[in-house]
Amino acid sequence: MRGNADMHDLVAPGTLNGVLELLAAEPAAWTPIAGGTELMVAFSAGRLAAPKLVSLWGIPDLRAIEVTPQSIVIGAAATFLDLRRHAVIAADFPLLAKAASWIGSVANQGRATLGGNLVNGSPAADSSPALLAYDAEIELISVRGRRRIPYSEFHTGYKRNVLAADELLYAIHLPRRFVRHKQYLRKVGTRRAMAIAKVALGATALLDNGVIREIRLAAASLAPFPTRLLETEAVLLGQKIESETIRSAHSALLFEVKPIDDIRSTAQYRSRVAINLLDEFLLQLRSEGSRG
Amino acid sequence: MSTNEGATSDQHWPPIRFNVNGAARSVKVPPMKRLLDVLREDLHLTGTKEGCGEGECGSCSVRMNDELVNSCLIPALQAEGADIQTVEGLALDGELHPLQQAFLCHGGAQCGICTPGMLMAAAQLLEHSPRPMMAEIREALAGNLCRCTGFMRIFESVAAAVDAESAGPATRLTTEQMHHAR
Repeated sequence: MRGNADMHDLVAPGTLNGVLELLAAEPAAWTPIAGGTELMVAFSAGRLAAPKLVSLWGIPDLRAIEVTPQSIVIGAAATFLDLRRHAVIAADFPLLAKAASWIGSVANQGRATLGGNLVNGSPAADSSPALLAYDAEIELISVRGRRRIPYSEFHTGYKRNVLAADELLYAIHLPRRFVRHKQYLRKVGTRRAMAIAKVALGATALLDNGVIREIRLAAASLAPFPTRLLETEAVLLGQKIESETIRSAHSALLFEVKPIDDIRSTAQYRSRVAINLLDEFLLQLRSEGSRG
Repeated sequence: MSTNEGATSDQHWPPIRFNVNGAARSVKVPPMKRLLDVLREDLHLTGTKEGCGEGECGSCSVRMNDELVNSCLIPALQAEGADIQTVEGLALDGELHPLQQAFLCHGGAQCGICTPGMLMAAAQLLEHSPRPMMAEIREALAGNLCRCTGFMRIFESVAAAVDAESAGPATRLTTEQMHHAR
């Protein structure tokens, strides 16, 4: 069944305060819509449940990207084209620029927003492994004020998150301290362009005399929501990259991920590919570490 | 500039105003009505096609405020105040856009459903990168699917339009000359 535009209301207050007041006046009644690359697909197919939508498009506060020496703060409604065109993101956060280039086509990238990708909460979200590998924090806002939490605590279940009924995702904060880290991001899908991930792995790490001093591993499509691989990190931290350590990391990874069989892939394939991606990263890390 | 009211049965909705191909337009439609449907049904600009209706195929591509968008994913209200260019806005004073001429000459169109979107995606590319490499052409058109041509003739058409433009208007063939050239 096709969507019927008469069945949905859409308003555009045009300011952040206007949106927040609407959300506060009738908590949970309004569904925010930014670029529409998720919600309009649901609408077209006749499966958009939201009767009342509030537009976040064209609100400058929500789309700003601010750079300080310590961090970069990305407005939740910044588009993936905004991210791809930003010089500091390209230089300091290449994994995020790479993830942005994976989002659909150019036409999708000009509309789809970083905040929308996170709030939509797909386990396969392209931007999530990069943000987790960079220790991102997210800032939430409502008429009651603002709060910041680690992005790793944002998702609480399949398509569930910590946002209160009157709250909006406001910004994503990235600390600028990963330039010296070895950085890795790879997505495996059905084809290279325009495909949703079967598995993706993002990683940042620092090696010191061959010993892993810092490591962050993050996966998409291996659990009900994008997640850090904390058990695998713990096995690798403080170790040299040798066959015994790599084998232990494989076991930890298989223990902590919860891949499923679905239309895109199988649990078995996802586990195998996740291990292959981890190996690829660790071998790159070892060879670059031995050069430095 | 005069404002043309779009023909519509939804007259109780407040007007949404934007520019299409340089002309101010105003439509009284539900705010969630897809821009694609507004263009086709209310403004009778049927050059823009619907393919998948989910932002995957690019058939409904138009340019909005200097960005390429899938018009099936734009609620009408979010087009308020925007400058929109559709395939009908490519030709100038009855003369085909160089991209249109090149698609004609080089077999860039077969069934034609993807063609308006291909043209708009290519126009968006050339606006920002007048001398693109083949890899850029391929990336710019990666969101536009074609079931007929196998894509090569489309890429070649865009490359030919680039060459024709850089060679200057003097060497540009008329549509008729191009047909003979084939």
